[in-house]
Amino acid sequence: MPILNKEEAQVLLKKVLGYSKADECAASLSGEEGGNIRYARNAVSTAGEMSRMSLSVSSSFGKKTGTATIDEFDDASLEKVVRRSEELAQLAPENPEHMPLLGPQTFDESITYVPSTAAITPDTRAEAVGRSIQVAKDAKLQAAGYIENTTGFRAIMNSKGLFAYDKDTDVIFSVTTRNEEGTGSGYAARGFNDVSKLDTFTATQIASRKAAGSVGARAIEPGKYTVILEPVAVTYMLENMFYGLDARSADEGRSFMSKPGGGNRLGEQLMDPKITIYSDPFNTELPSSTWNGEGQAMTKRTWIDKGVVKNLSYSRFWADKKGVAPVPGPGNIIMEGGTESLEEMIKNTEKGILVSRLWYIRMVDPQTLLLTGLTRDGTFYIENGEIKFPVKNFRFNESPVIMLNNVEALGRPERSISVESYRSYLVPPIKVRDFTFTSLSDAV
Amino acid sequence: MKRKDFIQMAGMGLGSLVLPKLPFGSRFVDPAELLEQRMDGTAKKGLADIALNAARSAGATYADVRIGRYLNQYVITRETRVQNIANTESFGVGIRVIANGSWGFAATNDVTADGVARTAAKAVAVAKANARIIAEPVELAPQEGYGEVSWKTPIQKNVFEVPLKEKIDLLLSVNGAALQGGVNFVNSAILAINEQKYFASTDGSYIDQDIHRIYPNFNVTKIDKASGKFQTRRSLSSPVGMGYEYLTPTPESKVAGIVTRYKDRYDILEDVKNAAADVTQKISAKSVEAGKYDLILDPSHLWLTIHESVAHPTELDRVLGYEANFAGTSFLTLDKWKSGNFHFGSPLMNIVADKLQPGSLGAVGYDDEGVKCGKWDLVKEGVLVNYQAIRDQAHIIGLKHSQGCCYAQSWADVQFQRMPNVSLQPGKKPLSVDEMIKGVKKGIYIIGDGSFSIDQQRYNFQFGGQLFYEIEDGKIVGMLKDVAYQSNNQEFWNSLAAVADERDYRLGGAFNDGKGQPGQSNAVSHGSSTARFNGVNVINTARKIG
Repeated sequence: MPILNKEEAQVLLKKVLGYSKADECAASLSGEEGGNIRYARNAVSTAGEMSRMSLSVSSSFGKKTGTATIDEFDDASLEKVVRRSEELAQLAPENPEHMPLLGPQTFDESITYVPSTAAITPDTRAEAVGRSIQVAKDAKLQAAGYIENTTGFRAIMNSKGLFAYDKDTDVIFSVTTRNEEGTGSGYAARGFNDVSKLDTFTATQIASRKAAGSVGARAIEPGKYTVILEPVAVTYMLENMFYGLDARSADEGRSFMSKPGGGNRLGEQLMDPKITIYSDPFNTELPSSTWNGEGQAMTKRTWIDKGVVKNLSYSRFWADKKGVAPVPGPGNIIMEGGTESLEEMIKNTEKGILVSRLWYIRMVDPQTLLLTGLTRDGTFYIENGEIKFPVKNFRFNESPVIMLNNVEALGRPERSISVESYRSYLVPPIKVRDFTFTSLSDAV
Repeated sequence: MKRKDFIQMAGMGLGSLVLPKLPFGSRFVDPAELLEQRMDGTAKKGLADIALNAARSAGATYADVRIGRYLNQYVITRETRVQNIANTESFGVGIRVIANGSWGFAATNDVTADGVARTAAKAVAVAKANARIIAEPVELAPQEGYGEVSWKTPIQKNVFEVPLKEKIDLLLSVNGAALQGGVNFVNSAILAINEQKYFASTDGSYIDQDIHRIYPNFNVTKIDKASGKFQTRRSLSSPVGMGYEYLTPTPESKVAGIVTRYKDRYDILEDVKNAAADVTQKISAKSVEAGKYDLILDPSHLWLTIHESVAHPTELDRVLGYEANFAGTSFLTLDKWKSGNFHFGSPLMNIVADKLQPGSLGAVGYDDEGVKCGKWDLVKEGVLVNYQAIRDQAHIIGLKHSQGCCYAQSWADVQFQRMPNVSLQPGKKPLSVDEMIKGVKKGIYIIGDGSFSIDQQRYNFQFGGQLFYEIEDGKIVGMLKDVAYQSNNQEFWNSLAAVADERDYRLGGAFNDGKGQPGQSNAVSHGSSTARFNGVNVINTARKIG
């Protein structure tokens, strides 16, 4: 029930709109099913399964809009939710930023759904976790981890004739391995649309090697260092910046994309020419939807082109106000890289620090995008192209914008998930100079 | 964009991003419907018994049922307009069981006799499947059944019963005052939560609870176009376990000083006028010189430092490794506690865990596994003396009973160990904030919480704030900006040199204390009086880009 196909969704949404008496009406329908296992101390701790489907209806009279949602789908419930949204619209104050609904659009079919992922069962998850735990046990380590898979669909239809349908699958996995003494810790995280790419055995082996390799960390002075950030660290470090590629906050003067004296930084060379960041719903490693919640088509779009700010997102309201075309925000983020593997990047480093993972990143100053956070689960000193010894974790205070001006090299991009939002990105390992570590941490 | 976000955006009107994440299964409802009762106590008891019997007959040795109705209301504005009004309701049942020595959990929004019986059987099936990969059987601390009991947050005015117009008018007048005060942008909101929770277990408890929370807040922004710099100042309100009466200020609830702060009532209009002046002053404030300073930390700031540096590391599940893959573990290892002489802080550091404190976010009569709540010491005169535990952990630290720290953010989530209110006790000797400042040669007085970050074992932290004042030779000499302090947790608490007396005691807190996979939010308060920490490392956070 929670996963409808395109035709079923279309029939249901048509029926919903048939009840509408408002000037404009938009309905969105979505469903999701999936499950998870959480484990720690080499044993499962909690596990769950969930499924749901939900319908949301927005009705507008002039610039007054009301929204209501329901999770029952008999005819009486469908009519009720439409009536309720209309009642709320009549009660609502006028919204001066209200934009009329879009008419019919054409969308390409997305490539986000993989049947094998949709077919995951509780047993599949248990087996994947069992393989991970076995690796940890064999290495005399303690594993704590999490696996979650979801299959979903979403569809929108409005009274102006717009219809869109999409479905997707997703699986995420992460594992932390620690030794009994608590002196070594390693981590690996993976996210895919296609579960056949998920290898919990190898991921746990990588985490285990980091755990063993991080025992006996030495303290070195905080300061400015050349660092190599692995993709899982890059993802987390740059995520705040990816969210900030918006014209309105920049034009309002309250973003790192604001220009002194007014306006935004469009066209400005803000980063190193090696940096190119774009979105593409048809990237095979990181596919995304071909439309967004407003019914706008999502196409390939470059945000940072060779270090120059090429595009910022413009909501339909802001675009109208500024007399430009609307630009929907990114549906995924892909950062171009080079051809070097992580190992080759280490080999080409005279002195530096390899950062496996970052942790607890928070914004310190939104105008420079200064962030603070810490290294975690494997920090190593590199000298003459080799990892020499593990080092104690550091706190850093660094802006991704400043960091992307100090780029020495980019490695081969790979799909990686953010350790906090669990969103996936396609990013390379990055080597930067003058990365600012401000203090040491005793944490392992 | 994840599907969850899509649902929120589609549901909230186009392009709105300001809404906090909704709990799983939430739906939008109209205001009148919020006040309807979904199901009476007798019906809930009947359904709970069906679930408990179904679980037992499927092989469970223990079962608990939570029938929950979770109501949220958000009124969100910016400048002269309302951005969003949303009422959400989530109604369903979560069933947790022990079978073959293992936990199992399942949840459904099908709250019918068939639905709960099916879900109970599913929970037992999950438990039996998991039993193959558990390390040892679950050991539950004994718990008496209380029979049919109830508890309610002692509110005076239910937020959900206050007409929407009154809330909108208040927020728009707040925005008006801010704009009149010269700010460029202002966002304001009232968030309200009502958890109607019915708990039943095979121990013989049937517990009905009605919990209320409110968080009025704003944020003002001032822009200096010429330099391209901007500053913000957030409200000095706290989320509290109260009704709409929190927004009715009284003279006794105000704390006078360089800027007015608030105890158990909040004057949002007064605070926004002060904020407009503060944010203007911040633009031209002196950028701090990095170095060692004595810090005077106001309760509106210190609550967050207590939350991160004391409340999290005393969570027993972190200590044991259950959070290792996400939030992390803890430096407060069992050996330190067992030694009985681990000096976490100076002798002035007395930290209490309290699930009953009036007005606090964590106050409930019973936790989410049917344990009556209480109060206990975590740190006594600087020494670590206890942790926060739930029923399946109590035996690990030699307790005969759970400390009542079990919580789930909704019926759809499994309950687990979450922190109670954790607070620094006021100084025992009479000491005012003015007297405290008089004794400081080179210091910074920090009001309001800001940026926060701490490592996965809670050793190294960095905190910002809202307002920073430079202290020289016992006097406040002006405002500072670009301030953050970094410290080692144990060194920091051992540098605690003074705590103001109980006249200054206030609560701060958060709705969104995050933990677990999948993540869950917990609402919690932390109290303190203003405190002095000597010789803390302060950094300058100003940078230049472009």
